[in-house]
Amino acid sequence: MATTAEIVARCQDIFDDLDFTVARQWKAAVPGRKVVGFMPVYVPRELIHAAGMLPVGIFGGGDSLEVIHGDAYYQSYICRIPRSTIELGVTHRLDFVDGMLFPFVCDVIRNLSGIWKLMFPNVYTRFFDTPQNFRKDIGGKYYTHELQELRDGLENLAGRKITDDDLRRSIAAYNENRRVIRDVYKFRIDRPWQAPTSEVYLLMRAGMVLPVEEHTRMMRDYLAAAKAENRPMRDNTRIVITGSFCEQPPLNLIKSIEMSGCYVVDDDYMLVNRWLMEDVPLDGDPLERLSDAFLEHSVETACKYVDTEAKKGRFLVDSVRRARAEGVIFAAPSFCDPALLDRPMLQHRLAEAGIPYIAFKYAENSGQMQPIREQAGTFADSIKLWSEAS
Amino acid sequence: MSAQEAVKEPSMLKQKEMIARNYDLLTSTRETGRKVASTFVPGNLNELLMCFGILNNLPEINAIQNGMRKLSGGYIMDAEKAGHSEDVCTYVKADIGLMSKGAIAPNGKPFSAPDVLLLSYTGCFTFMKWFELLREQYKCPTLMLHVPYEGDGKWTLNMRDYIVKQLKEEVIPMLEQVSGVKFDIDLLRQYLRNSAKAEDNLVWVLDQGKRTPSPIDAYFGGVYYIGPIFTAFRGTQDAVEYYEMLRKEIQERIDKGQGPLTPDGTDFANQKYRIVVEGPPNWTNFREFWKMFYDEGAVVVASSYTKVGGMYDYDGFRHDPEHPLESLAEYCLGCYTNRNLPTRIDVLQKYMEDFNADGLLINSIKSCNSFSAGQLMIMREIEKRTGKPGAFIETDLVDPRYFSAANVKNRLESYFQMIDQKRQGARVAAE
Repeated sequence: MATTAEIVARCQDIFDDLDFTVARQWKAAVPGRKVVGFMPVYVPRELIHAAGMLPVGIFGGGDSLEVIHGDAYYQSYICRIPRSTIELGVTHRLDFVDGMLFPFVCDVIRNLSGIWKLMFPNVYTRFFDTPQNFRKDIGGKYYTHELQELRDGLENLAGRKITDDDLRRSIAAYNENRRVIRDVYKFRIDRPWQAPTSEVYLLMRAGMVLPVEEHTRMMRDYLAAAKAENRPMRDNTRIVITGSFCEQPPLNLIKSIEMSGCYVVDDDYMLVNRWLMEDVPLDGDPLERLSDAFLEHSVETACKYVDTEAKKGRFLVDSVRRARAEGVIFAAPSFCDPALLDRPMLQHRLAEAGIPYIAFKYAENSGQMQPIREQAGTFADSIKLWSEAS
Repeated sequence: MSAQEAVKEPSMLKQKEMIARNYDLLTSTRETGRKVASTFVPGNLNELLMCFGILNNLPEINAIQNGMRKLSGGYIMDAEKAGHSEDVCTYVKADIGLMSKGAIAPNGKPFSAPDVLLLSYTGCFTFMKWFELLREQYKCPTLMLHVPYEGDGKWTLNMRDYIVKQLKEEVIPMLEQVSGVKFDIDLLRQYLRNSAKAEDNLVWVLDQGKRTPSPIDAYFGGVYYIGPIFTAFRGTQDAVEYYEMLRKEIQERIDKGQGPLTPDGTDFANQKYRIVVEGPPNWTNFREFWKMFYDEGAVVVASSYTKVGGMYDYDGFRHDPEHPLESLAEYCLGCYTNRNLPTRIDVLQKYMEDFNADGLLINSIKSCNSFSAGQLMIMREIEKRTGKPGAFIETDLVDPRYFSAANVKNRLESYFQMIDQKRQGARVAAE
């Protein structure tokens, strides 16, 4: 049985590889295979998979990519993920990608879809819209139709039909993947010292590149290995990270938060892999089932409308309760409209619930971790002190 | 009149009176019992609100008013002190700050709290969060009208039907409930007829920028031209009359061979540079900004900002009383920032060519990603396609901290010199 160290080492290799060698190898293994890239936060990967193509998450360039060309496309007051994504494109690191999907996140990602169309006219490029109306007969009808348009586009790209049975098989594969992800997250809630977030994060990032079946196996192996190992339990503070759903923090930032005395027991990194919180039923029309799942069982995040004031922030408060967390860290990328506009409202809900929080901003290439470590460390210590006093 | 006060043409005075009357209505609902909706400029459904007798209060316009009256800077800092990020839209923070200070309207009276928030989600992500923030404050019913983005450069029937269904099944029933007034589609048709008349005249006015000299300034003057149709007056008889009046004024200027009127009251006929501008203006230093142009002899012949609350020239859209709800949906879909980046470039290229412009100037707004993200790509493409020089300046909407007059002036002067050099180069090449 592989050890956690061995599995994490493989994930780290995949994470570090900005040439996406794993995806290139997958494509090269069988003539005619195609790859579809997608940006945060959510696309229904089932449709890409059902067309026999590989969905690959493009989450920017991280802290190891030197952005030279990308900066020429964006002003200083725009976040970093679009510029590093363009850098990946113009340096031919994405030349194996046959299609790119830009989901409903914010105006920056939305407009990047247009830039992509102009810069890479031979790539199938689509702004993928999701409904902000959650009535089945209104938003659901619209979304099912959008899914059908995406299906048509992917069929053209793949050069084959996507049958309902293809889709059901893919939904089953992703249902299974999501179940195991929930197991990993549950395991981390129960024993965070056995599944550090720096490892869980890399494990999830690997799933942005690997075929879903392989990723599911990898997570199972990790869980088995993590359960079998004994690691020392520390007197850390249990916290939830929120605001990091699009541009990703550097891995060192995730490690720094843990090193400062925090156990991260829930987060919103790479939400695509757990956007749908329940299994998608395999009966009936698969597009309608995907649509229903989006409307009824998807996570709350800043890039989704919350239709009543009573619901606003409840998801985060519930997440804190469910994960038995003692505090929340708002960690948002600089200039991130969704996360930063949402933050005051969520903070009000936390304050009402008596949940402490702190906030800071980062960029995917942030290098100085000492201030983060001090801030998170002070936060963790203060929670411990308050707890003792109470 | 003080030395600092702008010279007004009759249409401007009429507009000023219309705006003042609307603020009086918005601040007297306790006495009148009228209902108020807060809503946005892009995707503004004024005709529909009028069917229910609901007044229209536009937070962006309040922010602009407070920017021009030098109040927004303080409001923004108040909002930041209350926990709002320095990185986000300054319209939002100016609005939040305004609320924290008692929500005083330009007439000195407090705004009435809205009875309903009509979130017409059109072309700007921030709108969604802005209305969640307002909902938290006012705790009133909130209607979300989701207008899909034209990612492929065109709207589809699925998009239009989605909007119409939201209008029929959610927006209209809620407005009936809030107002106690039953929806009358024939009344909507009547208002839409008025809209189309005003739109015809607005398009005629904006089209006159093609003339040399241009009798209009399509950016600094343009923001006045679009005032009524982008705000609380589209569909009203007042707006119809305003645009008839404006058209006559412009015709008179054409007949006399005049350019637009500057705020100093001078005729701006000595036009050396014809510029297309992309992006919203800065409002905190609006007059100073304008002066930098006419002092150098630069007239704006076309702009994208005058299309943000409705695009009537590019593909000829008009509100259509025969298809009222479909027409409202198509209007929302077609607003400038709801169109994808390649379409925005096509629009600007057309303006450059049709209006015989010397160059494209982009005023990139620090806190408006809807406009700003991708503008450097726009500039490159326009330069490539037209061979005309582009220039890029950076300011903000209503945050005075981000208007650096010396930097902007320097950049503009260099740009106009660049245009001169290009012209000289072209002349030499032709000889």
